[in-house]
Amino acid sequence: MSTLVYVEDHEGEPVKGSLGVLSKAATLGDDVAAVLCGSGVEKLGEQVGKHGAKRVLVADDPALEAPLPQPRVDVLTKLIEAEGFDTVLFGASVLTADIAAALASRLDAGLNWDLVDLEEQDGKLVGKRPALQDSVLLDVGWKSEPRLALIRSGTFEPAESGGSAEVSKVEVAIEDWSQQAKMLEQAHEESEGPSIEDADVIVAGGRGLGKPENFSLVEALAKELGGAVAATRAVVDAGWYPYASQVGQTGKTVAPKLYIACGISGAIQHKVGMQSSGTIVAINKDPNAPIFEYSDLGVVGDVHDIVPKLTELVKNRKSG
Amino acid sequence: MKIAVCVKEVPDASAPKRIDPQTFRLDRNVPGALNEFDTHALEEGLRLNEGGGDGEVVAILMGPPKAADSLRKALAIGADRAVHVADDALAGSDLVATTKALAKAIERESPDLVLFGQQSADADGAVLWASVADRLRLPVISQAASLELADGKAKVKRQTEYGYDVIEAPLPCVVAVSDAINEPRYPSLKGIMGAKKKPQDSVALSDLGLGPDDVGEAGSRTEVYAVGEPPARGESRRIEDNGDAAEAILEYLTEKKLV
Repeated sequence: MSTLVYVEDHEGEPVKGSLGVLSKAATLGDDVAAVLCGSGVEKLGEQVGKHGAKRVLVADDPALEAPLPQPRVDVLTKLIEAEGFDTVLFGASVLTADIAAALASRLDAGLNWDLVDLEEQDGKLVGKRPALQDSVLLDVGWKSEPRLALIRSGTFEPAESGGSAEVSKVEVAIEDWSQQAKMLEQAHEESEGPSIEDADVIVAGGRGLGKPENFSLVEALAKELGGAVAATRAVVDAGWYPYASQVGQTGKTVAPKLYIACGISGAIQHKVGMQSSGTIVAINKDPNAPIFEYSDLGVVGDVHDIVPKLTELVKNRKSG
Repeated sequence: MKIAVCVKEVPDASAPKRIDPQTFRLDRNVPGALNEFDTHALEEGLRLNEGGGDGEVVAILMGPPKAADSLRKALAIGADRAVHVADDALAGSDLVATTKALAKAIERESPDLVLFGQQSADADGAVLWASVADRLRLPVISQAASLELADGKAKVKRQTEYGYDVIEAPLPCVVAVSDAINEPRYPSLKGIMGAKKKPQDSVALSDLGLGPDDVGEAGSRTEVYAVGEPPARGESRRIEDNGDAAEAILEYLTEKKLV
């Protein structure tokens, strides 16, 4: 097996998810290379090498500065064809999902996504993919090479193997049409306000709250429980609550002792950000909401009735 | 402006969903529904064409004959025309096989803008659009929380792990919208009545210049070996609110020593 792991970087650091996938790849075989694509990313080579890559290939070019997928597809296509990698792995993110999917077309290669494990069975690479709201687990594979895979975020923890890698530069040639999308403003992490990642109790609100003002119900319950307030992507995109509070694939990953989901349907994108919580309580009026599949206590009912009552009860308990 | 909106039929939310143990494919012999995520793409297409001359919104669906119901719903909501890519050989197509056919169907329309929803409710892939865009050699912007068109360009606010990017691309381009970008309209009675009169094309593989080996299992590069049970999360309790749910939650939290 000759594996290439795409290592994403953000603000001068390799992202944790990529390093986790790299560490996993190193347990499956010896011939593991990592690729960095960006501007000024050569200096990350050493750090990446510590996580199991024998070689670090660096595509360092100003044209790769913005985190846009298409220029990276051009670079990776050339690299994979020239080096003959049979397996290419990505830690899933907004950027890498687009890269991997485009690469599948370009190379006529199989892409399996949302994998939560990879293993070798009788000399064959097999991926584990939860499907149908995680109610079944599929064993998936590839009929040809290269094999492309997106690993669900947060699946593998980075592990330092203490090795060092040979770092080399790769050629960057980008097609004109791949450079048509332009980054006008790039997001930067906001570090203001208390972090929800350290909270023991989180009360989260979703679209089921009906309107932004109803976040006050969630805030009141969080206050009585001494917890923090979180929100789903849908309500953050809609401007109901700040991005810093977002839990999910494109938000924070949290693991409080108690997570109370109010009016949250619980799509996979949300689930991956909170599934490691100790106890999950979900309140939703839709009995088919996916969140009930992974709640410890599922309550089918109206958040507008139940949440204020619960707040009152907790308050009385404390004073009584 | 000609806008192509790619839509899919998925099993209805209330239908029991299962993977066929023989074929390892999703059992589609259950009531279907228009993928809700795609209604946001459709709404965005309708919104962008509102009040504007000779604009057209074309809904493009790939799926078995019975998926025509979902396409009719897209027409009832407001699409001007529908294209149904249907061929027995398409069954079992994975990502590369699907996008081979879908890209050809889009190409025939030469749209100014191609819209996708953020994922399908059954496959959860969120990978289709970038694969299609690559085949069409068009710029792609995904995870759009807002979309504006001006001066022949699409300007998108894209949500990532770090906040919001602003990205611009010239038309024609491919944009995948988030489900928070708008509130989709429901079909009106007039829309439902009028849907039958709107043009609906059925497109077979041969119309796309493709053969049976290009798609379906023959054209696919991935496969499923087995279906198993996921690791159990442990005991789960479910209650219906009869007016005392708040008390029940407090009792549960007390029992777990969480309050």
